[in-house]
Amino acid sequence: MMSEGSSFMKGMVLGGIFCLVMSFFENFNSGTHSEVHEHLHHHLKPLSKDELEKLSESQMSDLPLQVRVYCLIMVTPKLLVHWATANDTWSKHCDKSVFYTSESSKALEAVDLQEQDEWARLRKAIKHAYENAGDLRWFFVARPTTFAIIENLKYLVLDKDPSQPFYIGHTEKSGELDYVEYDSGIVLSYEAMRRLIEMFKDEDRCPERGHALWKTSEEKQLATCLKYSGVFAENGEDAQGKGLFNKKSVSSLISDSMGQNPADVVEACCSDMAITFAGMSPSQMQVLMYGVYRLRPYGHDFHDSLTFLPPKDSDND
Amino acid sequence: MKALGSRFAFYVGFVVGTCTLYVLLRQVRFTRNVGSVEPEAHEKSLLEMIEEENKNWKKERSALFNLNHPHHTGEDGTLADALYKSVRILCWVMTGPNNLEKKARHVKATWSRHCNIVVFISSVDDPDFPTVGLNTKEGRDQLYWKTIRAFHYVMEKHGDEADWFLKADDDTYVVVDNLRWILANHSPEDPLYFGRRFKPYVKQGYMSGGAGYVLSKEALRRFVEGFRTKVCTHTSSVEDLALGQCMEKIGVVAGDSRDTLERETFHPFVPESHLTGTFPKTFWYWNYCYYPIVQGPQCCSDLAVSFHYVDASHMYLLEYYTYHLRAFGYKYRYQPPKPSVIQDLNAPAPDKVEIGDIEEKLGAEEQEGEKKSHEHNEKLKQISA
Repeated sequence: MMSEGSSFMKGMVLGGIFCLVMSFFENFNSGTHSEVHEHLHHHLKPLSKDELEKLSESQMSDLPLQVRVYCLIMVTPKLLVHWATANDTWSKHCDKSVFYTSESSKALEAVDLQEQDEWARLRKAIKHAYENAGDLRWFFVARPTTFAIIENLKYLVLDKDPSQPFYIGHTEKSGELDYVEYDSGIVLSYEAMRRLIEMFKDEDRCPERGHALWKTSEEKQLATCLKYSGVFAENGEDAQGKGLFNKKSVSSLISDSMGQNPADVVEACCSDMAITFAGMSPSQMQVLMYGVYRLRPYGHDFHDSLTFLPPKDSDND
Repeated sequence: MKALGSRFAFYVGFVVGTCTLYVLLRQVRFTRNVGSVEPEAHEKSLLEMIEEENKNWKKERSALFNLNHPHHTGEDGTLADALYKSVRILCWVMTGPNNLEKKARHVKATWSRHCNIVVFISSVDDPDFPTVGLNTKEGRDQLYWKTIRAFHYVMEKHGDEADWFLKADDDTYVVVDNLRWILANHSPEDPLYFGRRFKPYVKQGYMSGGAGYVLSKEALRRFVEGFRTKVCTHTSSVEDLALGQCMEKIGVVAGDSRDTLERETFHPFVPESHLTGTFPKTFWYWNYCYYPIVQGPQCCSDLAVSFHYVDASHMYLLEYYTYHLRAFGYKYRYQPPKPSVIQDLNAPAPDKVEIGDIEEKLGAEEQEGEKKSHEHNEKLKQISA
């Protein structure tokens, strides 16, 4: 009995020492590691005002045609109210917006993919969008619980070539994988879509139905497939480094800012050119629609070098 | 057997030791990180707050004089600046000692920075904030006393330093630039007052207190004179109604503050209520509004002037929506006509303003807007005649 007890104690002590030693090594390594990772973590910013002004006449006239956006909005009947709100608000500013649903609803129009599995549904939607893109070269994937300001999305990708692979949004890390968060919207260029669809054929590296015991979220599966085809996630930010894709609501971000930056709540909170917010109620989204596209102080003008006209048959923008 | 048993115990002990230490280390690291961030942020912010305030305001005679009309990076504020100079607005905010930290502070940090002068009216003098105490008590029954004394106070101390005098609550959010747009079409020498017009009790209507209302200099003169000659007295504590009754007696005209598309600009509730809410048929609001009530997107002008029942975080939200968040390159549907004051000044247009062909496309809407504004001015001339 005694010998067992003392063995146990000896084991514990050795185990503790072992752990301490390992953690020292880890600190040492991760100190250098994180620096390396910072550089690999891509940041994508829009053109500055000066750079915009330097563009030639012909370049300027081409831009509005190049930056046209196809919106894929992934809905389910459970999200009917948000679905209706997205339909009535921000999706009108996409050049083409298509709702993809798991099952059809009598109330609203959508492409019925008849698929309950979210990843499989996303794959089908992506294929459908690519085939029906026409001459649209940018793709935005979101759920109806996200609110997107498409003009600001266009501003972000204005000078980016869609025949290059782009995968943009709010990036997070999961182990070695950099992925774009679904809640704050995912931007894909035409080339990224093409490579992704090619990769869909590879059942080993990009399976349609996961073989693992646990399910990985669609956002991570998407990131994995894209990574295998050489497309890496990039974080969309403004010139000051503020994130443009938000997975929180405006009021939530304001509350956070009131706690952390009481001296300068609004400046510190959110970007002027924010692209997405998430987790807002349908009526909050209507207020946001009014706040972005209508409410403004008279006499303050921004002479943007590009103009986007309001959509037809709409009265809340 | 014994040897095996002790070896097994050793291994188990090893695992237990590793795990315990691991958990402990994580906890230590976590608390260390959290601990180091918080106190720093707090100290910095207090100093920053005072610095910010000193940059923006000149504290003098218990009022805040605006030093720099807030500007945004990358914006062309020439039109707003011209109006700032020619349409001087003194904002006085009804507050109390218990609300300075909860409410008035946020008014100070947001919309009041766009007024030419701000005075916070309370029952107690506070030289730091600063607030002016006017020998009243606190409470709903003191509202009209506070209002009467406040208007007398601003007339006496600042009568020559402003053209228009706005009253707001500490839970009212005001877009002062849009108020200037409306007022620029009128003369401060005319006896006028604007706000959200209510119809009961007063023949020409009266303005809702919570949504804020603004008096011309002539209106303010007559108000003060009215109390001197006892034409007006403290008739009741229902501040907005009592004031409205006084206005009618002294010949101050209740104006139409709607935009050129006849959409309301002063609002007695938060944007969400007007844009998405449906007021029940029995709600008092239906019987009060002077003009037809519109629910949904056309409830509210793009150039909204005020909202009421706005709490602290909502103040910052509205400030963000109004002055910060925008859609790049978006051509607004509503193109408001330039006020007559600006047209008279003949301000030279900055280089890139006239994007001619695009303006032509929406020219029809603009012309309609101008027609309405012309009709608008005609109507007013008739009323004040």
